[in-house]
Amino acid sequence: MIDNWPILSIVTFMPLAGVLFLLMIRGDEITVAQNSRYVALWVSSFTFLVSLPLLIAFDSAAVGYQFQEKGNWLAGTGIGYHMGVDGISMPFVMLSTFLMPLSILASWKAITHRVREYMIAFLVLETMMVGMFVSLDMLMFYLFFEAVLIPMFLIIGVWGGPRRVYAAFKFFLYTLFGSVLMLICMLAMYIDAGTTNIPGITTHQFADSMQTWLFLGFLASFAVKVPMWPVHTWLPDAHVEAPTAGSMILAGVLLKMGGYGFLRFSLPMFPLASEFFAPLIFTLSIIAVIYTSLVALAQSDMKKMIAYSSVAHMGFVTIGIFTMTEQGIAGAMFQMISHGLVSAALFFSVGVVYDRLHTREISAYGGVATVMPRYAVFFMFMMLASVGLPGTSGFVGEMLVLVGAWHASSWVAFFTATGLVLGATYMLWLYRRVMFGAIISDEVKAMEPMHVREYSIFLPLSALVLLFGVYPMAVLDVMSVSIQFVLDGLSASGLSILAAK
Amino acid sequence: MFHLIDVLPALPELLLAALALALVLVAAFGGEGGRNTRRVTRISLGGILLALALIWFGAANDETAFGGMHRADSFADYMKILVLLGTFGALFMSITPLAKDDINKPEFPLLVLLALVGMMLMISANDLMSLYMAIELQSLPLYVVAAMRTKSLRSSEAGLKYFLLGALSSGLLLYGASLIYGFAGTTSFAGIAAAVSSDQLPSAFIVGMVFMISGIAFKVSAAPFHMWTPDVYEGSPSPVTALFAIAPKVAAMALMMRLTYSAFGSIVDQWSQVLIALSIASMVVGALGAIMQSDIKRMMAYSSIAHMGYALAGLAAGSQQGALGVVVYMTGYIFMGAGSFAIILLMRRDGQAATKIGDLQGLSRTHPMLALGMMVMMFSMAGIPPLAGFFGKWYVFLAAVNAGLVPLAVIGVVMSVVGAFYYLRIIRLMYFEDANEPLDADIPVAHKIVLGVSIAVVLLFFAGLSQILQSANIAASALMAQL
Repeated sequence: MIDNWPILSIVTFMPLAGVLFLLMIRGDEITVAQNSRYVALWVSSFTFLVSLPLLIAFDSAAVGYQFQEKGNWLAGTGIGYHMGVDGISMPFVMLSTFLMPLSILASWKAITHRVREYMIAFLVLETMMVGMFVSLDMLMFYLFFEAVLIPMFLIIGVWGGPRRVYAAFKFFLYTLFGSVLMLICMLAMYIDAGTTNIPGITTHQFADSMQTWLFLGFLASFAVKVPMWPVHTWLPDAHVEAPTAGSMILAGVLLKMGGYGFLRFSLPMFPLASEFFAPLIFTLSIIAVIYTSLVALAQSDMKKMIAYSSVAHMGFVTIGIFTMTEQGIAGAMFQMISHGLVSAALFFSVGVVYDRLHTREISAYGGVATVMPRYAVFFMFMMLASVGLPGTSGFVGEMLVLVGAWHASSWVAFFTATGLVLGATYMLWLYRRVMFGAIISDEVKAMEPMHVREYSIFLPLSALVLLFGVYPMAVLDVMSVSIQFVLDGLSASGLSILAAK
Repeated sequence: MFHLIDVLPALPELLLAALALALVLVAAFGGEGGRNTRRVTRISLGGILLALALIWFGAANDETAFGGMHRADSFADYMKILVLLGTFGALFMSITPLAKDDINKPEFPLLVLLALVGMMLMISANDLMSLYMAIELQSLPLYVVAAMRTKSLRSSEAGLKYFLLGALSSGLLLYGASLIYGFAGTTSFAGIAAAVSSDQLPSAFIVGMVFMISGIAFKVSAAPFHMWTPDVYEGSPSPVTALFAIAPKVAAMALMMRLTYSAFGSIVDQWSQVLIALSIASMVVGALGAIMQSDIKRMMAYSSIAHMGYALAGLAAGSQQGALGVVVYMTGYIFMGAGSFAIILLMRRDGQAATKIGDLQGLSRTHPMLALGMMVMMFSMAGIPPLAGFFGKWYVFLAAVNAGLVPLAVIGVVMSVVGAFYYLRIIRLMYFEDANEPLDADIPVAHKIVLGVSIAVVLLFFAGLSQILQSANIAASALMAQL
């Protein structure tokens, strides 16, 4: 029965319906603000509930796309309204709908001006994110992929920190520049294949020389999104200036759009070019892992440090994807889901203390563990998950990526592993400086304990990080068939890298 | 011997021309002052609606009038609807004079109506004679309205500059036309098309063609023939600028399409290079020129130059797909132009027009709906999906890539990123900065309607895209059928 419902369209566009509710709120400023918060929370929670049947009814043994919806949009031109999910996109849809109510809760007290507009931006953002993951038409994918920029630009620019204008512009222009090159490639693909239907193009064989250019065009877009070294510089700025919830969504979901893009487009559609450029990706990713870890060590701003750690963690993801092994890709996917949860929690952790002390300077803290012991526990748990402690979700992803990297080249595995050590260094050092030691300022001494609202954000995140850590099959089962499908496609195109195994 | 059948296809134009002549009397004897102006404007608007209805509901046959000099086909119908809508919007918004020093004379609607007839004749031009006549009929009234604010030095300067450079372009056009006539022995587009089918083209013919394209490029305001645009946009009274930005561009672009596709349709590779050069120059000049502007009308001038560059990129493909792309692009363009100028017209403080970009500062606090509307227009002009501007770019670049013009498309999209910078600057001022002195609050109904319709069209363009594509395809194939 549930198959007959256009469930993906409902999940995608429900937040937009919530925007209409937000627009209808009347009253004075305080009433509007408070009601907007509740409406946004209810709408996003309800969207999450509506998306749950996806998880329950998803058949993880089935090959191909599920819950497909087709509509007549531009009849006769090969462009159509087409939605569907497989094991690669479904986890991201769930991640998006799951993080959104938490982000709205996280901005409950932190955002005090223009609350209605803020909530509208977030709900529009949710529609765009979900729509991007469920689109099975290249033009639709691009529409959502680019449209994400509009709400995020406003979130950073209107509700951000002191250098928000610079950060918002940098974020927008970097991403746009990458995307327009991808757009040209999409046009060329549309002309060559005669359709923008993603399953249709996946079976289309592009000429070798064309694959090279197409791969580079898509790389320009996804590398900025992921972000890969050396086009990562927008990310620290965007994170530092964005409000807490903006950072949570940015790190939690938006960065994954790049990794998802590699798995949905680059690998299946340009297998030959992917193999050819894999060493380039490995090099850039290894530089990212090591270099950004070192840069993270030198940061004095907590958010900036976590932002750089995101670049390093996403370096693992790109390495995993381009190993083109089952473990590597599964590890990359797992790492993206895990990082989505962990980085959102870490940015929220910074937000918790920032709301109290209004600074993100590490040196302003010290001894927080004595004042806020429960907070210290949550922070430690997430910090360890980020480092990759066994028993947390972070471990599984990094482990699998390393196994995959070993198949590709022992050197890649070696350098990747270096990143693990460095990651542990800066995170533990951050923790020591913020949480332990003597309380140096009276402001720290006066910090309030955690609120119920803050618990209600930490608890679900921690629960999932723990669950995926001890029972990784919960995630791996869902995606294994789809990953195998991608790999089958790669070996069908006769790649030497796979033939060797 | 006069045959009714020979003029009937030009009925909407004849109707508007007759109305304009009749309105001369109303304007002259209707008394002084604002009431008479409003009367003339209202009658003009009614006439435009009537012409719109005639074209909208009329049969889309391929007919000619005036002995083949005038062609009324689906392409002409589509472009005329755009021009009529654009002119209607611009004229409608002039009905309530906003700024103190605004033009408020009955001559304005009258001259606009005459220019409109010229624009419609341009779209239907099927002969070098009618082409030249239509361009002059369109241009002369526009020179006058540019200089209409007689007490303002800027306005007079704008009118004079427009006139001088316009006369130069007419000279180019005439010279080119004479060379082509000398070669082809006929002035009709069909005759020229038949004459150039041969393999051997004398260089004089090529020169003539380039001259003609340059002359029209001036009207389209494509770089390097764009020099007049920023000054005229800035100097003219805002309601006039609104008109300039919307309607004549569409008409000139339609004329360019008509000339290249039907008269020179068999030598695409000859003129394609010229259009590629114009397109690249316009995209670059438009994007880079706008960055440094502090006056919003000047910025919009450069923005329109860039937009014409994108449209020309589709035209340079020389295919039906290219024509389709241009038609879709222009469809989005008139609504983006109308929407943004609705807001620019409302930019005034204490009754004085305030057209500095800085005047928009903090608009989201003082006029949230206006700021929202402006934001939609700016994102659309920057080509961010899912707004109208994106689909225009998608179809013109699709044609360009399909014709093998990948470098052109790459330059185009890179310039659109540069362009995004100055559109974002407006959004930054409106949303990221604290409020300035608020702008005047009263918003006339006309502006509300134009703005509302424009926002709705730009936002929901994707929903109606299927229908637009259908009509645009019919229009493009009608244009191709003349080969």
